[in-house]
Amino acid sequence: MLIQSSGIGKGARMYSQGLIGASHEETETPEFLKAFQRRIDAEEKIEPNDPMPEAYRKTLIRQIGQHAHSEIVGMLPEGNWLTRAPSLKRKAILLSKVQDEGGHGLYLYAAAETLGVSREEMTEQLLAGRAKFSSIFNYPTLSWADIGAIGWLVDGAAIMNQIPLCRCSYGPYARAMIRICKEESFHQRQGYEIMLTLCRGTAAQKAMAQDALDRLWWPSLMMFGPHDSDSAHGEQSMKWKIKRFTNDELRQKFVDATVPQAEFLGLTVPDPELRWNEATGHYEFGAPDWDEFWRVVKGGGPMTRDRVAARRKAWEEGAWVREAALAHAAKRKARDAAAKTAAE
Amino acid sequence: MTERDALFTLLIRLADDHLVLGHRLSEWCGHAPMLEEDLALPNMALDLIGQARSLYARAGEVEGAGRTEDDYAYLREERGFRNLLLVERPNGDFARTVLRNLYFAAFMRPWWEAAQGSTDGTLAAIAGKAVKESAYHVRHSAEWAIRLGDGTEESARRMKEAVEELHPYTEELFDRDEATETLAAAGLAPDPAAMRPAWDEAIRAVFAEARLEVPEVPYPLRGGRAGLHTEHLGHMLAPMQYLARAHPGASW
Ligand SMILES: [Fe+2]
Ligand SMILES: [Fe+2]
Repeated sequence: MLIQSSGIGKGARMYSQGLIGASHEETETPEFLKAFQRRIDAEEKIEPNDPMPEAYRKTLIRQIGQHAHSEIVGMLPEGNWLTRAPSLKRKAILLSKVQDEGGHGLYLYAAAETLGVSREEMTEQLLAGRAKFSSIFNYPTLSWADIGAIGWLVDGAAIMNQIPLCRCSYGPYARAMIRICKEESFHQRQGYEIMLTLCRGTAAQKAMAQDALDRLWWPSLMMFGPHDSDSAHGEQSMKWKIKRFTNDELRQKFVDATVPQAEFLGLTVPDPELRWNEATGHYEFGAPDWDEFWRVVKGGGPMTRDRVAARRKAWEEGAWVREAALAHAAKRKARDAAAKTAAE
Repeated sequence: MTERDALFTLLIRLADDHLVLGHRLSEWCGHAPMLEEDLALPNMALDLIGQARSLYARAGEVEGAGRTEDDYAYLREERGFRNLLLVERPNGDFARTVLRNLYFAAFMRPWWEAAQGSTDGTLAAIAGKAVKESAYHVRHSAEWAIRLGDGTEESARRMKEAVEELHPYTEELFDRDEATETLAAAGLAPDPAAMRPAWDEAIRAVFAEARLEVPEVPYPLRGGRAGLHTEHLGHMLAPMQYLARAHPGASW
């Protein structure tokens, strides 16, 4: 596949269309930037053929790429329990969830491709350890309850992040998110249902559920990214309406929605500072361990190397299959062409 | 053998085939050669496990001993499983995985087609759904067998090795015994041996395009129908069953 990048590396002074192979470039004059912002402010959707500031395009490529990688890498911790699911019904539900996540990865790579980056390039970045993916998937899944907790908390946090993205200013991303959000809320309900079953089950099952919450609570809060004051891309993304809420606003929404669910399960949220504030109508909660967050984000998570290594192994071991598919397609094309010539 | 015993025997055999192969395919998830296959393999696993569940549920009704799908799947040991040796073969490389799928689906497709006329209404209904799914499995595996067989030197070599390894296990697909004969006579289930011409033709057509030869099999390998398995099945069941067995009586 031949993919030409449009305007990548040509400097921040140029703007470009997102479409693969597009070559239209002009200087990013103040008038241009102002006109672009007016479109954003008027809630117009930006489409792949539209002129856009280079920084807008790059921000989206980074964000959609990370999102796509998260879906794909996210198949691993859940896939870790596919062969050990404790009932056939759970096995079938988990298979279908993991398959959905792969599908999300595919739509998102396709959305990123409209901005002039290929899936191959993004895959190479992931395999080289140069691309980020959601910090949560750097943690291991150590018991069956983790599958419930991931659905409940991780898909739950993903929904909080993603519902506003359905109104993102970039059309292809917004449309991909609408489709994805429907499935994520289904996953969230299924995950909660696993937790509910465990919490109403034996003492050992309930302990398993509590242990999963203890380990995954803080990493789930970290999924919203750093504190607003430490967020590198936050403000500009808000202005461009790529983001609609800040990291801290989303984290608060998540805590407000999730704590009552934990109470209903009869589980204890592992935060001694957690308390309901009658005056604000919100929960107050403690700060995640930001040192741990940064360590994980910078590649030092407990499973970071293993996740990337697993993807790299699949990719390398599958190389002969992909080569064979290409070789076969080329042979077929040559034979069809020869048959056509012979017929003429 | 009563018709009821024969039907129960058949349902368990078929359910085990589908569960074991579905489980094998699920082992690929997240590790496939390309993202499209990371979706296609779990998708087929899901079809197979769905069919296994319907078959176990019907087996439970026919047996009448109050056993559930999970009792059959999680609480029997190696010797209790009645699946074909073919489906328990380890995944190996992608060539072996697609060929194993092709061999099995090319048998199941005509079998399900015929089973739609079963005098057991439940089996006929399961067949009606499964026939469409197995048609997709044939298509998917045939396309890959052709691509790999007629792809690069390496892929052709791997396909050839896959054929050498797996072909001896295909005879068991067609085995007849008292149960199959009782069911065929009663119109409850198609005779497996009657699928031979359709299977041979399907495999011949794919192999011709894939530039593969159908090998002679001097010593067919069989035994799964009698619970005599390869060493691989136990290692598949151990992780599959451990959690259910570690918490007896728990529901999930
Ligand atoms: Fe997802
Ligand atoms: Fe999800």
